[in-house]
Amino acid sequence: MENREFISRRVAREFRNGDVVNLGIGMPTLVANYIPEDVSVVLQSENGMLGIGPRAEGPQINENIIDAGGTYVTSLKGASFFDSSVSFGIIRGGHVDATVLGALEVDQEGNLASWMVPGKKVTGMGGAMDLVVGARRVIISMEHLNKKGEPKILRKCRLPLTAAGQVNLIVSEMAVMEIEPGQGLLVTEIAPGVTRDALVNATEAELRFSETLKLMEV
Amino acid sequence: MNNKIKNIKDAVKAVKNGDTVMVGGFLQCGQPQHLVGALTETGVRDLTLISSDTGSMETSNYGLLQSGKVIRVMASYIGGNPEAGNFMITGKAEVTLVPQGTLAERIRAGGAGLGGFLSPVGVGTVVEEGKQKLSVDGKDYLLELPLRANVALIKADRADKAGNLRITGTARNFNVLMATAADHVVAEVSEIVETGEIDPNDVTVPGIFVDVLVKI
Repeated sequence: MENREFISRRVAREFRNGDVVNLGIGMPTLVANYIPEDVSVVLQSENGMLGIGPRAEGPQINENIIDAGGTYVTSLKGASFFDSSVSFGIIRGGHVDATVLGALEVDQEGNLASWMVPGKKVTGMGGAMDLVVGARRVIISMEHLNKKGEPKILRKCRLPLTAAGQVNLIVSEMAVMEIEPGQGLLVTEIAPGVTRDALVNATEAELRFSETLKLMEV
Repeated sequence: MNNKIKNIKDAVKAVKNGDTVMVGGFLQCGQPQHLVGALTETGVRDLTLISSDTGSMETSNYGLLQSGKVIRVMASYIGGNPEAGNFMITGKAEVTLVPQGTLAERIRAGGAGLGGFLSPVGVGTVVEEGKQKLSVDGKDYLLELPLRANVALIKADRADKAGNLRITGTARNFNVLMATAADHVVAEVSEIVETGEIDPNDVTVPGIFVDVLVKI
């Protein structure tokens, strides 16, 4: 199984029945494909929709119904539409139970950098800053190393932050890690075939291993 | 009642040199492509563009930026438009990135007569630079100020002759907010019906906010 699917499948097990969930653009969007059948979540999109269904195909496409990534989507029974002010009121007001976002860097204090590399790639933060501050639980879905093979999970973020101290959980292809500010990262699950040493070597942040460390299964 | 229906060329003449222009939509959804395209064809210059995003190579905001008419951009996302990224890196235009929810609420505040609002978004990031930070019940907030424009260009599915607009799906986005926050509001619509033909329960934007209708 490729990393992106493995990570997404594990993230998808984090939700409880009835959760309102916002999935970020890119790899986080894949999580929707793997939500267990016995768990029903309401997907929110910051461009103004609750109750997102599968991608729209052919005659299902309504040019006025997209998700935040610009994909034409269907709406499920019970869906609703609203303007951007109401949408971010939902987000900032604590009505979103969990958000899943990617990261350029994340650190052991729960800081997240995901929107800007100075002097290089400029995309803007979109709704990410609002989501990270507003969602009750912030889950980072990311590959453990960057394209150069360097750690992305750091003691302290070096890139401009998306938000300070808001991340709760990191899921990578190597491990599941909880953030406990002031105490480093707590590894609760480790992927099959990954040793503790390999994980420590691939991570700049300080790691502690849970007494009930489990094998990361999807 | 004044006739609000104009042709597209006359409608975009409302935008003058140096104006701040709000453009509704989110990515390709709900963008007033035709109005922005017509604006791009005019001779105006030194515009400030306020929009959720700067679109993609396929959307009209891209052409507007390429035309060199825009000297300032305020948006939350410029990733789909390489021209906007270049503006930011080379300093050809001043680009201000604003968290999307903060941008929406600043526009709402501008249209609702508010002097600003306190938001926790951006605390501890570059977004707080130059802003007043206030603490309420032990939690830090940034004072965010209202935004208004000279002209707003928006899009709706349907209008009646009184300017009442019906907008469906996720095309409500910034269109609904920008309709309230500009001195002059131009809406591009697919259909114009007689006043009264849109059920008042179905009006998304009340007609008092809308000055000009352009049927596409």
